[in-house]
Amino acid sequence: MKSELYYKSKKITLNILIHLFLISVAITCLYPLLWMISSSFKTQDIIFSDISLIPRHFHFENYINAWREGGFGRNFLNSIIYTASVVFGIVIISSLAAYAFARLRFPGRNLLFIMFMAAMMIPIPGSFVALYVLLNKLHLRNTPIGYILCMINVGLSTSIFLLKTFFDKLPKELEDAARIDGCSKLGIWWHVALPLAKPVLAVVVVFNALSVWNEYILALIIFDSRKFMPLQVALKTFQGEFVTNYPLLMAGLTITALPIILVYLFMQKYIVNGVTSGSGIRMKKLFNV
Amino acid sequence: MRFKSTLENYIFVLPAVLIFSVFYIYPFIQIFHLSFFDWDGIIPFKDAIPLGWGNFKEILFQDPSWWQAMRNAGYITLIALTFQNILAFLLAWACDREIRMKNFYRVIFFIPPVLSEIVVGMSWRFIINDIDGANIINRMLAGIGFPNLMHNWLSDPNTALTTVALVHCWKGFGWGFLIFLAGLQTIPRELYEAARVDGASAWDSFRKITIPLMIPVIVLVAILTILGTMQAFALIIGLVGGEFAGHTSVPVLRILASMRGSSRFGYACAQGITFGMVLVVISFIQYRFSKKAKE
Repeated sequence: MKSELYYKSKKITLNILIHLFLISVAITCLYPLLWMISSSFKTQDIIFSDISLIPRHFHFENYINAWREGGFGRNFLNSIIYTASVVFGIVIISSLAAYAFARLRFPGRNLLFIMFMAAMMIPIPGSFVALYVLLNKLHLRNTPIGYILCMINVGLSTSIFLLKTFFDKLPKELEDAARIDGCSKLGIWWHVALPLAKPVLAVVVVFNALSVWNEYILALIIFDSRKFMPLQVALKTFQGEFVTNYPLLMAGLTITALPIILVYLFMQKYIVNGVTSGSGIRMKKLFNV
Repeated sequence: MRFKSTLENYIFVLPAVLIFSVFYIYPFIQIFHLSFFDWDGIIPFKDAIPLGWGNFKEILFQDPSWWQAMRNAGYITLIALTFQNILAFLLAWACDREIRMKNFYRVIFFIPPVLSEIVVGMSWRFIINDIDGANIINRMLAGIGFPNLMHNWLSDPNTALTTVALVHCWKGFGWGFLIFLAGLQTIPRELYEAARVDGASAWDSFRKITIPLMIPVIVLVAILTILGTMQAFALIIGLVGGEFAGHTSVPVLRILASMRGSSRFGYACAQGITFGMVLVVISFIQYRFSKKAKE
């Protein structure tokens, strides 16, 4: 009896220790974010003296100022537009290609596929230098379309890989039935393959959206004009522009971080599955999320 | 008919191949081409001065700031490899059991990884910067009775790099945590049960069951950490407040500085290639390891 009690109390102590450990790390994770959000409601004079997490007075006008005078409204819109168009482009272009690599026959198919996969493996850290030169030549630098095309390319090979792996495993019966009914190849892709691929498409959408929303380096070298910049780059210029107005900066950071946190909380299942499956490991390497 | 059908098939891959050729293959070739020239990116390229291997020789033998940046990246990587991954492993081990709030922890630990490096860098800068006398960490140290530990964490060359590395770990450990946790959950519970019946202590089964079975996952996380950390740079821009990070510079920031600071496009490309070679070697080692792990 005594030994059972001993084991039980030992187990409880271990559990308490484990929870203390986990909770302290969880607090360390959340604290900087809560601090950022709480500071975004304070004023410049008290932001460094009042270190409480819940401000005494909520100054919502910081957000209005950041949105209007700080110009973050415009940049927020840019980020939304870039993320939406890049993700849309990647979904269409990569699913077309992945479907062809999995199902259709044409000379050079394997060679092309290997090329895409090699691109996924070989890191080129200086690529932004060459992209800058290229976009200048094409007169696409400092234009949204130039940035969107570059970003579509960034997510392309991983998305093709994910979708091809999925199409490979898909039974062909449904497509055969559609073909007998007289459906064209494009029709089968659109009406049969894409709807079936929804779970993978969700992963493709979420990871590419995270990657575009958080992208920094290409936006930095491509855009000169503040009016075209996405949030990440605008934040940096904002810090340089004014004698740093911290509450506005914190409001800007919150505006930038909050959408991604919300997307994460809603799409958690896909993200966790994406990370822990084998393909997520590739995603870490490529998207560097 | 047959020919038309093949042509139709090419339409499927055409958009992907077009974008890929223009925005991946062409720049890829261009980097190698540019790296043999002295070119400021402004004058027409035909007036650029060919240097042969000059840029590469300069990187290897005459650019101490480049090697400083490599050492910095190596140092941050070393801390990420040890501190970040051990923390991630311990957290995963702690979560790999029947405990309450498991899902809560899992959700929270992966919040830093989904944030952008800029957001993380700038909000941490706000917490530990020393320019505006805001330094929350210092205030806390003073508050709990250690005012002599107060410090200019980011501007003192002795602590700046470690500070950067620790913020990097804060942002990154969630990845390792999720991958480790998934790995731990594949270990059959019966193994632990059998070990306990045989009288093995928790430490014994951790050492003799958990660690050996987790080796492939550990190697994988280690390689991913190396590749990811060596290339990290935006976090540093956010933290130190500029592209030219001085004593916390890393290779990618040196490439950026060569391009935007000193307008040496050819040199920037040569730096990119040199650094890319290092990364390719690491990737190759990963490929060998993962192949071995599969067998």
